[in-house]
Amino acid sequence: MIDFLNQHGSELVTKTWEQLYISGIALALGITIAVPLGVILTRFGKTAKVVIGIASMLQTVPSLALLALMIPIFGIGKIPAIIALFIYSLLPILRNTYIGMEDVDPILKDSAKGMGMTPLQSVLKVEIPMAIPVIMAGIRLSAVYVIAWATLASYIGAGGLGDLIFNGLNLFQPDLIIGGTIPVTLLALLADYLLGRLEKWLTPVSLRS
Amino acid sequence: MPEKNPIVTFKDIEKVYRGGNVAIEHVNLTINQGDFVCFIGRSGSGKTTAMRMINRMLEPSGGVILYNGEDIHKTDAVKLRRQIGYVIQNIGLMPHMTIYENITLVPKLLKWPEEKRRKKAEELIKLVELPEDFLERYPSELSGGQQQRVGVIRALAADQDLILMDEPFGALDPITRESLQELVKHLQEKLGKTVVFVTHDMDEALKLATQIVVMDSGHVIQNATPSEILQHPANSFVEELIGEDRLMQARADVTTVSEIMLKNPVSITPGRSLVEAIRLMRKRRVDTLLVTDDDNYLKGYIDIETLDKSYRHATSVSDILNTKIFYVVDDTLLRDTVDRILKRGLKYVPVVDHAGKLRGIVTRAAIVDMVYDTIWGDSDAEEGAPGLENTENKDNPTKSDSASSSKEV
Repeated sequence: MIDFLNQHGSELVTKTWEQLYISGIALALGITIAVPLGVILTRFGKTAKVVIGIASMLQTVPSLALLALMIPIFGIGKIPAIIALFIYSLLPILRNTYIGMEDVDPILKDSAKGMGMTPLQSVLKVEIPMAIPVIMAGIRLSAVYVIAWATLASYIGAGGLGDLIFNGLNLFQPDLIIGGTIPVTLLALLADYLLGRLEKWLTPVSLRS
Repeated sequence: MPEKNPIVTFKDIEKVYRGGNVAIEHVNLTINQGDFVCFIGRSGSGKTTAMRMINRMLEPSGGVILYNGEDIHKTDAVKLRRQIGYVIQNIGLMPHMTIYENITLVPKLLKWPEEKRRKKAEELIKLVELPEDFLERYPSELSGGQQQRVGVIRALAADQDLILMDEPFGALDPITRESLQELVKHLQEKLGKTVVFVTHDMDEALKLATQIVVMDSGHVIQNATPSEILQHPANSFVEELIGEDRLMQARADVTTVSEIMLKNPVSITPGRSLVEAIRLMRKRRVDTLLVTDDDNYLKGYIDIETLDKSYRHATSVSDILNTKIFYVVDDTLLRDTVDRILKRGLKYVPVVDHAGKLRGIVTRAAIVDMVYDTIWGDSDAEEGAPGLENTENKDNPTKSDSASSSKEV
């Protein structure tokens, strides 16, 4: 263990950072696009089904294949990896945002409108606060997926902890595989935990269970 | 009646839903400032649709709605809604906001300063008799009745003049409902607000409204005050909606003496001789004669007892005229007269108009008819089993000698 850390310590730190960086950006992009899109889709019932259908379809493409497909379009490196992971992060966030918003009691929407809230005020002050737990559940799910799948991104030269794992495979060094896997798992757990805290903080006091 | 300002006017309003379902057809309506208007009807009658068009939650398919004289279609819907209070059946308090935030939601949208909002909330919560520390609680910590109290004051918080209420107490238990009805009525009168109140409960409408709009399949069937509706239901639908019990109860309360009095009472002028008087009594089978002058003004009465004692030394009716007579004016409510007749033990009461001219008499028999109708209903009286005696009684008003029957009672 000490030996492993002596030998690979600095590499481990760099790779963990890379992993975090790739998945962080992909997730951030996913949230920025999927949450507003999900909100907007609730205003267009028919389009919503089509868009969510497309997102579900993208989800079925095997992750390795999706990464490979990025090469002819974006080449190799971090950018195609981030794009592929971003696509993956979309669906859970989009779907949960849509469902969360749709599930807001119509009585509250009617009440908000009837009292003279603009549609934007109704979304920001009533619907999103009410839907936050569901939206956050989607984001947490996406975060765990993206961190795990970012490991595969090393295949297209994006770096990250996947480098350690694949090196371990190629060189038949189990300690490298384990040394790469454990930080990925820890990262995913940590991200889930932190996002859980965020969710609790964002959820209106009276709705916390 | 003093001149009132219309606050809402419906001009030939129509609402057709997609697919051709007609919700409202040619509705013309005026709601005056300070009125408490109840829209009543069955579900699907268009009452809620009509109400929701006032704050543009629904847009009419045709016609114009004026709010304070302005076509609401030309005003900004959001601004309009902020001027109109809105209370819905399911209360609709925001669960993620404190009671304070809920009450001051519209004032906040209107950008009132925090201080003014706080003051308003404190003032309003006292108005509905809730403790001030409730302001910091969340709706889920309050009972249904308390929540709807908050719902009501939320609609008053921005000093709205007009408040729309869509079956606001429908989901509450009867006791809570009653106390809230009283509260709303009290607030409405105290603050001089105009309320448009949708309900399917006639008791509620009769209790609260100053104007009742009865609706059925998109039409206004009757638009009148509660007492007009009770006295003169426009058609059988309205009668049914009111219910027989209430109609019967209402009748005793609103029937005037002239409606049940017997016309053509037996009367005589003071100048006639006693011989003529006794003949008339014999012919009409009565023991008392009302005495009127030539212009039919009531002067008093003579009865057979006095006549018997004094026929030797008196010759004309005026000699034995008894002027101490108890009478009622023809537009007196029957309710009041019944009490007097029964308490004083009178056999009959003459009815005069405001000028003092004799118009008829109310006899105990007529009261029996009235009580009978109230208990058994009109139809039973005509065809029911105990009909024989009663049919006689009912026929009496048409017979001129009816006065006699009363005196034998």
